[in-house]
Amino acid sequence: MYDRDTLKDHRREVKIFKNRIILAAFCLVLLTGLLISRLFFLQVIQFEELSTKSDENRIHLKPIPPTRGLIYDTHGLLLADNKPSFNLSLIKERIKDLDDTVKELVKLIDISEEEVKGFYKRLHKRRAPYEPVPLKHDLTEEEIAIISVNEQRFSGVEIEAQLVRYYPQTEPFAHVVGYVGKINERELKKLDPQQYSGMRSIGKIGIERFYEEDLLGQVGYQEVETNARGRVLRVLNQQDPKPGVNLTLYLDSYLQQICYEALAGKKGAIVAIEPKTGGILAMVSQPSYDPNLFVSGIPYNTYSALRDHPDRPLYNRASLGEYPPASTIKPMLALAALDLGVREPSYKIFDPGYYKLPNKPRLYRNWKRGGHGWVNLERAVYVSNDTYFYDLALNMGIDDLHDYLTKFGLGQRTAMDVAEQRPGLIPSREWKQGVKGVPWFPGETLISGIGQGYMLATPLQLATATAVVANKGKWIQPRLLKSASGEIKRELPTAPESIKVSNPAYWDFVNESMRKVVHDPRGTANYRIGKDLQYTMAGKTGTAQVVGIKQNERYDAKKLKKIHHDHGLFIAFAPIENPQIAIAVVVENGGGGSSAAAPVARQVLDAYLLPKLAEQRLAASKPE
Amino acid sequence: MSPEYVRQLSVTQGQLSKPPGFWFKLHIDPILLGALLLLTAGGLFILFSASGQSDSIMTRQSIYLAIGFVVMALFAQIPPRIFCRWAPWVYLIGLGLLVAVLLFGTGAKGAQRWITVPGMASVRFQPSEIMKLVMPVVVAWFLAKQAVPPPFKAIIGTLLLVAIPVGLIAKQPDLGTSLLVAAAGFFVLLLAGLRWRFIFGAVLLAIPAAYVMWHYVMRSYQKQRVLTFLNPESDPWGAGWNIIQSKVAIGSGGINGKGWLLGTQSHLDFLPESHTDFIIAVLAEEFGLIGVLLLLAIYAVIIARGLIVSAKAQTLFGKLLAGSITLTFFVYIFVNIGMVSGLLPVVGVPLPLVSRGGTSIVTLMAGFGILMSIHTHRTLLGRTT
Repeated sequence: MYDRDTLKDHRREVKIFKNRIILAAFCLVLLTGLLISRLFFLQVIQFEELSTKSDENRIHLKPIPPTRGLIYDTHGLLLADNKPSFNLSLIKERIKDLDDTVKELVKLIDISEEEVKGFYKRLHKRRAPYEPVPLKHDLTEEEIAIISVNEQRFSGVEIEAQLVRYYPQTEPFAHVVGYVGKINERELKKLDPQQYSGMRSIGKIGIERFYEEDLLGQVGYQEVETNARGRVLRVLNQQDPKPGVNLTLYLDSYLQQICYEALAGKKGAIVAIEPKTGGILAMVSQPSYDPNLFVSGIPYNTYSALRDHPDRPLYNRASLGEYPPASTIKPMLALAALDLGVREPSYKIFDPGYYKLPNKPRLYRNWKRGGHGWVNLERAVYVSNDTYFYDLALNMGIDDLHDYLTKFGLGQRTAMDVAEQRPGLIPSREWKQGVKGVPWFPGETLISGIGQGYMLATPLQLATATAVVANKGKWIQPRLLKSASGEIKRELPTAPESIKVSNPAYWDFVNESMRKVVHDPRGTANYRIGKDLQYTMAGKTGTAQVVGIKQNERYDAKKLKKIHHDHGLFIAFAPIENPQIAIAVVVENGGGGSSAAAPVARQVLDAYLLPKLAEQRLAASKPE
Repeated sequence: MSPEYVRQLSVTQGQLSKPPGFWFKLHIDPILLGALLLLTAGGLFILFSASGQSDSIMTRQSIYLAIGFVVMALFAQIPPRIFCRWAPWVYLIGLGLLVAVLLFGTGAKGAQRWITVPGMASVRFQPSEIMKLVMPVVVAWFLAKQAVPPPFKAIIGTLLLVAIPVGLIAKQPDLGTSLLVAAAGFFVLLLAGLRWRFIFGAVLLAIPAAYVMWHYVMRSYQKQRVLTFLNPESDPWGAGWNIIQSKVAIGSGGINGKGWLLGTQSHLDFLPESHTDFIIAVLAEEFGLIGVLLLLAIYAVIIARGLIVSAKAQTLFGKLLAGSITLTFFVYIFVNIGMVSGLLPVVGVPLPLVSRGGTSIVTLMAGFGILMSIHTHRTLLGRTT
């Protein structure tokens, strides 16, 4: 039995033990109370909040990205398409040894070191558990097959399908159609996160950017019940996505291609507009690039090579390139002078080869040494006499000169839906005082009269102004969009007011002077393009100085570096009786407008008009 | 016979005046048995839901429970003096097993907690669980021989008895179990009338001890648990996930609960370890506050009965042992519910007799067998003396 020696003070022992048991019981009640109050707090006081959290846990809205609207040219040729693309993605939580799996995959298919690096970078960004992280984009069919065959070996390795943008027409359309690219951090902050949920790309430039809102479509939602690993267990509700609006552009891909080839090996831009509709038939900037490179994230090396190339292929010269318009503005100034009564058509001046302001030593030279002799307004246009226009500009004054050229859309962004437009510059007194802080000098009016000095215009603006001339002052906004499969949400700017002149015959005068540029043997463009033309063409050459020539020096292309060579410009519309196309051509550092730009324009106009004229003749010859 | 001894008998005489009934002869306490049956039946209900209606888990758990009841009944037959006599030997065997765990143990998640029975690969058990039971027995054996309140030498002896297995378990590492085993030992000491000055002294010592634990003893994952407990939102996808999700599960149950088998948190796998340590969250989600209070009521009956057994026990050994078993049982419940509801850090303590787990069930039921034994063998003591 028990060792009785230990039972010393039994009463005390019982008492102590009893006290301790009572104390313990008291503690238990206290602690149980604590537990119950905790449960009461969670289940009664925090009930609403935690129920909501429980539902949020369970029910997820899974965005269904809409199909991006397609872009067609005027003939229905696809310029921007969507094609399925397959990504190889890894789900970290389902993979035992991630590094090992990546190594195995690298052995199986062609995955570059850069892609592996990119993968680890993405992996370490904040992400939800069980979210797939792409390792390689755009798998080939063979790669898909290899992965599928080996699927059993890899858990947590997935092939994800998605639609990505594809530009089948590549380089010639890159600047005008633009491209989509990955949504970056800055864009992410500005975007409506709901609208873009599930979307990875956004229109970055061109049509893709301008009509982003419309091309995007509306995201659909699937209300799904998921487990903690994000696996969808059932679909509770679904709202289908609305695909984006399909756009048809005025762009004529045949003409675009012709323009692109006509500028091949050169730097420059061509914009062609249909005067009746304002439709932009072609808008080309050379050199160009493949827009498909940007769609799923451009590799850094490729990008920096494009960005740092001396010819700047990423630069859209058609609507962003600002060049001195040079003599191409002379027809417009002629109209202004007539309308303002500054000049009569018969008014003549004698051109000794230069112009001189009274009491100033500086000579303002005509492009032709020795001068053109007696020149009237019409001749001043078609031989592109500078002296006459120095005088004309001086008489007109910078204020009227600024106002009139502005009416033609110069110095402002007038195209309806070209995402990237520079305004160019038509200088005025206010502009100079504001920007340069000094007053306007008469000498500056003179050189403005020949489109030099501060004056800048983009090829798009020159083509627009030419279309306005072709339309005899009637403004139709240049535009790319011809029709859309749905309502366009993007707000579109309205056209400037049409130009009204006191006597409509002034327009005929301008047309005639421009006709002579091409068709008159003395016209500046006649020698290069005026012969054997099968239609009538009104044109104007321009030669923009890149570097100032000193008073006593002559421009000698051989002595100058290529990048200091003159820019060749040419504007034209045709046929004169019924203008179907207005065009502006700029060839950077190409030399004179007649030699560098006019032949390019002729090539384009021939390609566009001759088949049409042949068609018309054929139709006319058919008996009723 | 000393007069004191006579009085002691007279004290017990009153309790023995009632003629021993049918259950008493079987050495089974009907109140305890009823409460345990109710608890385990309810537990199976919850486990059915928590395990995702897994037949295999239900079968295993039922088998373990059946074994548990048999073990309980067997232990109830053994008179307390046998436990007392065997205590030191069982303790040494337990220590041996713990050493064996460290040498040949198996386990998961970087911890060695299991021993596989040689030649029977599918049978394995956790010696630390057995130590939960052995600890109060051996300390009660040790202290019952000492004066009350225990003298300083006895306290040192007790601390040594407790420290060795606790250290071995902590090394596995299994912080939760080692703390519970330590608690079982200390409860005996407290019930034995440990002087308050020692208790307060220990509390004061706990501060530097905590410092030492944090810097030299605790593993980084254990520290992480504590840090996460202090601020679960700091790592919502990682260590904080469990506690956030279990709070959501409990809270979203409300007063009435979402209904049996309708808890979304557990059925959609948001709730981790839903059929082991976090099973109370399933109960709270599906049966609401009412369900949890019912469970607590059953536990309360068991604990109250345990305290009564302890109070009525005739010997100091019996009192200390019954008291310690009961208090430790409460600590399991408190720590488990406390950790699942976010009151305490997560320390891997199952909800007794409800969470899935074989060894735990069998040891707990053995403990209740000992309680019954202490209660029902009083008569024998009375008669033979």
